[in-house]
Amino acid sequence: MTVASPSAERSVAVRRRSPLAETWANLRRSWAGMLGLALILIHIILALSSPYWVPRDPLEMNSVIRSQAPSGEHFFGTDKLGRDVFSRSMLGGRVTLLVTLIAIVISRVWGGLLGIVLGLVNGRADELLMRVVDALLSIPWLLLLLLIIAVMGTEMWVQTLTFGFTYGILTVRVARAATLDFVTSEFVLAARARGERRRTIVMKELLPNVLDVLLVDGSMNWSWMLLGFASLSFLGFGVVPPTPDWGFMIAKNREILAVQPWAVFGPVIMLSTLIIGINLFSDAFAKALGLDRSQGAPV
Amino acid sequence: MNDCLVDINDLTIGYYTQHKKLVLVLQKVNLQIKPGETLGLVGESGCGKSTLGQAMMGYLRTGSQVLGGSIVFADHDMFALTNKQLESIRGRQIALIPQNAGDSLTPTLRVGKQILEAIELNANLSGADAKDRMVELLGQVRLPHPEVMAERYPHELSGGQQQRAVIAMALAAEPEMLILDEPTTGLDVTTQAHILNLLRDIVLETGTAMMYISHDLGVIARVSDRVALMYAGEIVEDTDVSEMFASPAHPYARGLLESIPRLTLSGIPNSMPGQPPIPGTLPGCSFTPRCSFASDLCTNQPPDFDSIPGTRHFVRCHNWKEVLATDFSQELQQVFHTFKHTTEDETALELSDVDISYYRPGIMDRIQSKPQPTPTVSGITISVKRGETLALVGESGSGKTTIVRTIAGLLPARNGTIKFEDFDLSVEVDRRPMEVSKEIQLVFQNPDASLNPRHTVAEILDQPLKLYFPHLNRDERRERQVELLERVRLDGRYRLRYPGQLSGGEKQRVAIARAFAADPDVVLCDEVTSALDVSVQAAVLDLLADLQHERNTTYIFIAHDLAVVKAIADRVVVLYQGRLCEVGAVDEIYSPPFHPYTETLLGAILVPDPNHEPQLLASDTPELAPPAKGCSFQRRCPYSLGELCEQETPPWQYPAESGGHKIRCHIPIEELSELTRDVGLDHINGNNAVDGSSQVIVQTKSNVEIPVSEPEKRGGLP
Repeated sequence: MTVASPSAERSVAVRRRSPLAETWANLRRSWAGMLGLALILIHIILALSSPYWVPRDPLEMNSVIRSQAPSGEHFFGTDKLGRDVFSRSMLGGRVTLLVTLIAIVISRVWGGLLGIVLGLVNGRADELLMRVVDALLSIPWLLLLLLIIAVMGTEMWVQTLTFGFTYGILTVRVARAATLDFVTSEFVLAARARGERRRTIVMKELLPNVLDVLLVDGSMNWSWMLLGFASLSFLGFGVVPPTPDWGFMIAKNREILAVQPWAVFGPVIMLSTLIIGINLFSDAFAKALGLDRSQGAPV
Repeated sequence: MNDCLVDINDLTIGYYTQHKKLVLVLQKVNLQIKPGETLGLVGESGCGKSTLGQAMMGYLRTGSQVLGGSIVFADHDMFALTNKQLESIRGRQIALIPQNAGDSLTPTLRVGKQILEAIELNANLSGADAKDRMVELLGQVRLPHPEVMAERYPHELSGGQQQRAVIAMALAAEPEMLILDEPTTGLDVTTQAHILNLLRDIVLETGTAMMYISHDLGVIARVSDRVALMYAGEIVEDTDVSEMFASPAHPYARGLLESIPRLTLSGIPNSMPGQPPIPGTLPGCSFTPRCSFASDLCTNQPPDFDSIPGTRHFVRCHNWKEVLATDFSQELQQVFHTFKHTTEDETALELSDVDISYYRPGIMDRIQSKPQPTPTVSGITISVKRGETLALVGESGSGKTTIVRTIAGLLPARNGTIKFEDFDLSVEVDRRPMEVSKEIQLVFQNPDASLNPRHTVAEILDQPLKLYFPHLNRDERRERQVELLERVRLDGRYRLRYPGQLSGGEKQRVAIARAFAADPDVVLCDEVTSALDVSVQAAVLDLLADLQHERNTTYIFIAHDLAVVKAIADRVVVLYQGRLCEVGAVDEIYSPPFHPYTETLLGAILVPDPNHEPQLLASDTPELAPPAKGCSFQRRCPYSLGELCEQETPPWQYPAESGGHKIRCHIPIEELSELTRDVGLDHINGNNAVDGSSQVIVQTKSNVEIPVSEPEKRGGLP
């Protein structure tokens, strides 16, 4: 026999590392990405823990101390109704984060899967559904959101489903485009030639390859969704008062901006640090996954 | 060394990793090239050939740096020059021709315009002079109708024509030195032979020096005056082309040459185990782990690059005397071996009159009942016996892959039947019963693409096991995985690796293991070795033959390399434009009488022997669609009989009485035999001496007519 033993064939040792570990190692090298991740985690921890430690009851109104400037007692001052802005800012992200995070997952699941399936079948059904997607995308997103919420009501589950649906429309496109890169590749052909069922091809062959695109797209969409939810609250279609919410706080307190700017600054700082964190993380995440090829992994 | 055009001295190039670790790419490379000389640079992939080629242009990949030594080109130290000075040399005095010509042409500019730009920039010509020069250049690279070609866009040219256009561009300023980085890899054999002839002519006409980089020793033998062999970033041997191929002094050279399948010797050659280490990581000679001559000295002390006394033959080996003491040609005879396998009488697979078409009529086409275009593949009747290896041979576009994919159920057959046992395989795979899909497995050309990069080897092998053997539990499947890996001679621990952590050869073994996981009757191999290094190719061929021997598996084997086909196939089918040309046992196909197309293919083969001269019979003019009637090869056939061949489908002729060998041609067998004798294919029958007088090159009658750009005309748009 003339063939090598496996040990002779490989003289250079290979470090065994899963793609997940690889991504994490790349991500850790980027300070911007780690800062973003830290900001996101801080916000999630704040949202989870704030009810237990905020100094004041966020719902407690006091007409004596309306629109007061920041003080030792009220770090960010008080709003028009005399409520503590700091406590309300800390708690203001709870509903937002819950709604958007669930909506992101929903949009990944339906948009991602539909996109992969459409990319795989690539026939008349694909053609038809993509035109429907195009038509839906031609409606301004805020209008579409308002339309659905106006019809369905402002309950939290309606908002969650609405966000999950509207942002999923974009994801269909992204997932389909990413899938088309792999549909003609030989490992998919090999699976088809084996006689694998379509479900197996979608879940086992395509999804793992499209997942990174879906995740990066998801984290980028998340920041848009937060803005979307804040806009909705600003317009009065979001959280039901008096529950504290950033968008709603900005809307109600902008009238006293000149008197007590902190009533607006508080929620704005909270919202913007979260969005900046998400964007920093998304960029680094895309680079760590090797999706942003023009830049290479940040070192 | 003032008579040298290029003088590379102790050149060392490396880069630092993210962990600040130094990785060498080239170490202490010494190389001289004289004006007008053609140097062939050869070695396995990853040995630093391309890095050296680019360094000669003054290019370094981002992050790489020169750690020592110099490149002096025409008295310029390439790494001491400013960017501006480099610009004045690149393109004017030294030019690079890359592998994929299609990528180096701008898709939105006409070919003529791009060449014109190169002329204006590098040759200081303008206006009508530049235009004349452009037409002259296109003629020099043998593009028919230069004025017409100049008006074309790159996508309207074939791969071979694009490569010619890029060569024309490089020649614009009559550079003193051309660096060619695998310029014919990926082209058809006939096209490759034409391009290499062109390059040889250019050297004779212009006196340009060339450095030809290739992994293909046949190509190197054809073009080079001198050969430099690279291993792990070092030059390990440097000598005349005839010396290199007749009596190589480095064990690595011998290993490579012994692993090439040959037309003159039957069976599968020796494979060379292992792969190159990262340069500079071994204390002694880099080749020690793979070397059969290695001693303690080799492990501990790196050998010097010394000349064999009294010659210009340089070699980097402690034991070159011992290596040279064994006669190479004798050694070569002994390394070839065959696996016995029995072809049974039972038919495994039978294709009768199969037509395959990619054309899908739209709704409007159906309403207007438009006539369907001629099918891509038509009239395929082949039967394969159990345990047999049937090879499909032909240039790209000959329908080999289409046929194999139809058998695998990825495409439906439009007409005809494909019989496997009692089942008709003319339907797509999702309409076949699972027991049938299990028996027919497919292995692809490129293992990088055929293994899902997100799955571990265990998951890859698990898929067919889960699908076809649902009764197996997890532990049983794991046992099977280890067993499969051992059958393809990989360690069971490879289960946990990802494809990205395997070498090319290892990946292809995993792909083969996946196909054999189903325990199939028929395995379809689509160019399974063409993406691999020669040293690995032999091992994969060996493995396939061994696996066939174990279970009496039937193979349908696609290859463009006719020497590989000769090594492994029992019977051969020659295809052109999706039509059968010739069918027969290996020996019948490789000896006269030939179908004119078979003869064209065989004539264009390059063999690792500098004395061999390919015979260019037909032109390499590409065809986009098969002719509507008559013989499929009519337009390129050197012996075309005119109207008869254009109008009538040629009949099958049976040269042997057994009837196993059949040729589809209008020319009677006796005449075909005589015609064949005229062009002489002596090398195939073991005779290396080519009789100069017999080199009749027949020109195609119809090659004057260039096909008008068909791409835009295709498609069903109104």
